Amino acid sequence: MEGPELLLEVKGLKTYFFLDEGTVKAVEGADFSLLRGGTLGIVGESGCGKTVTAYSITQLIESPGRIVEGQILFHRRLNGVEGSPATTEVVDLAKLRPGSRSICEIRGSEIAMVFQEPMTALSPVHTIGDQIMEVILLHRKVSKKEAREQTVEMLRHVGIPKSETRLDTYPFQLSGGMRQRAMIAMALMCRPSLLIADEPTTALDVTMQAQILELMKQLQREMGMAVILITHNLGVVAEVCEQVAVMYLGEVVEWADVEALFADPLHPYTQALLRSIPKLGQSKKGRLDPIKGMVPDPYNRPGGCPFHPRCAQMIAGRCDQERPPLVRRPDGRTVRCVLYADS
Amino acid sequence: MLQFILRRLLFIIPTFFVISFVTFIVIQLPPSDYAQTYVSGLLAQGDNIDAQATLKNLRDLYGIGEPAYVQYGKWMWGILTRGDFGMAFEYQQPVSFIIWERIEFTIVITLASLLVSWLIAFPVGIYSAVRQYSLGDYLSTFLAFIGISVPSFLMALVIMYILFKYFNITLGGLFSSQMEKAPWSLAKVVDFLQHTWLAILILGVSSTGGLIRTLRANLLDEMHKPYVITARAKGLPEWKVVIKYPLRLALNPFISGVGFTLPLLVNGSIIISVVMSLPLVGVMLLRSLQSQDMYLAGSLILITSLLTIIGVFLSDMLLAWVDPRIRYQ
Repeated sequence: MEGPELLLEVKGLKTYFFLDEGTVKAVEGADFSLLRGGTLGIVGESGCGKTVTAYSITQLIESPGRIVEGQILFHRRLNGVEGSPATTEVVDLAKLRPGSRSICEIRGSEIAMVFQEPMTALSPVHTIGDQIMEVILLHRKVSKKEAREQTVEMLRHVGIPKSETRLDTYPFQLSGGMRQRAMIAMALMCRPSLLIADEPTTALDVTMQAQILELMKQLQREMGMAVILITHNLGVVAEVCEQVAVMYLGEVVEWADVEALFADPLHPYTQALLRSIPKLGQSKKGRLDPIKGMVPDPYNRPGGCPFHPRCAQMIAGRCDQERPPLVRRPDGRTVRCVLYADS
Repeated sequence: MLQFILRRLLFIIPTFFVISFVTFIVIQLPPSDYAQTYVSGLLAQGDNIDAQATLKNLRDLYGIGEPAYVQYGKWMWGILTRGDFGMAFEYQQPVSFIIWERIEFTIVITLASLLVSWLIAFPVGIYSAVRQYSLGDYLSTFLAFIGISVPSFLMALVIMYILFKYFNITLGGLFSSQMEKAPWSLAKVVDFLQHTWLAILILGVSSTGGLIRTLRANLLDEMHKPYVITARAKGLPEWKVVIKYPLRLALNPFISGVGFTLPLLVNGSIIISVVMSLPLVGVMLLRSLQSQDMYLAGSLILITSLLTIIGVFLSDMLLAWVDPRIRYQ
């Protein structure tokens, strides 16, 4: 078998929102790629464009937002029969019209999503069974009865006890953890090759978070799908992901393997981010080092490098003037910072 | 669920009595009565009668002059035991003889106009919300506001004038004179529709504007909720997403409002029925209140309020059926 196969390549993605007050450049240059079966974490502060990046991949950006530039290359496997070499076709998702037939065929079937709030992300007036079955009835040729059986099976698989009866309950009758399990079951019904999880554990309590993450890891191993995990929790990233994309103000400032990133963060923002979280074994007197300043107003992005007003290693006359180039390091990781531009 | 239905059903009984009692008392409140109005009417025409004796006779005959609660008791007893709603003084006939036909026609016309307003409001409202700030949205908003602000009787007058002047069509009444007494047949139904389409349309349109705006607002509230994004992420085509999810939730306020739409249409039709000379309940109620024909007025209000109570009960049931959050309380 030849080397690991690419699943998704995001190149120079830019997604803007055209509002009356001005243009919000929610994503201003996102570059990363993901291997089939791999796990990518996208981290960053609130409002840095993590969710918009994820929504761009499946064209879920609502008007007045729009992808203005870049490519999202999805390597779609065509009728991959077990054993025989599968042929793949490359689709540029960024070129598909939102709501078009081609993107609807991919959504839910090949790229599935899990959302943050399991309470509001499920319709309160439809049974969970109804909402889950819908996915498979839509994308696969199955009868209602088969769909129901498969749903029961999947619910059991994600750890919902008495799934035959739970099928007919409404979301408000389930606990938060159960609802998120149902959400995951819904996403996995068609065995997608990519699962995008947008802060799947943020709304859950801590014990539940661990369980859900463990469940996702287990299902990923079983089904061989790739996962993009969006989170602001670096601990979760270290736990689950193989690669990390760090975002700041709409830009992917650093993209690396998870060990490399934690051992040797390159971008000053990543370095600052890692200094700001507590570590086990750190002395009680040792103080956390918060990143100074605030995330700038999205309407007025700083010129040059967006991080320069808060950066400790800012080079006056350079960082506030020129946009740092995307630097690809020999080991494959990329960083967007002038400090590495000359090496 | 059964308990829920039972409780709602039990609530109907006291509500019914309270409403009927209050309306009966209110009708009695003015310092005169039907006998007085009748006798002074005769005197004004110059009839030579013994005013005091006639007054006394009439009052004895109809039980006027007794304390209001005694009259109410007798009246209610008559209704509950014999279905006797008392006498309509002015018509010199029992109330139950003259009101049913009117109530039937009123219900038919009311329901027809409700249907019309929904048939217009739903597609337009959904379009307006889904294509917010589009040309079509602005246009429908403009028309909706005109519909809300122009009084329906004015619209009726203008249209009737135009129809008469340029097409030589006169609309009025429920049937043409030769069909009036004919037994029901397809021809009679057609005749009925020919006479009442404008009234149905105008009554319907008068509430359409409000409905469009309400539906648009409700739907816009729901359109941006996370579960809609979930539905899109499943790969459902946009129209299916809208119909299955946000529209379903946007309907709840509508359904709870159905109960109140019924009396509104009955009351709202008064002016239209006067303008278009339709023999509906509203006109009769207005007349009976002017002449203090108390049993007739009381019965009409009683029946309309009973319809309202039933309407609210039905909308409660519907709401529980549609929304599991209510059903499973």
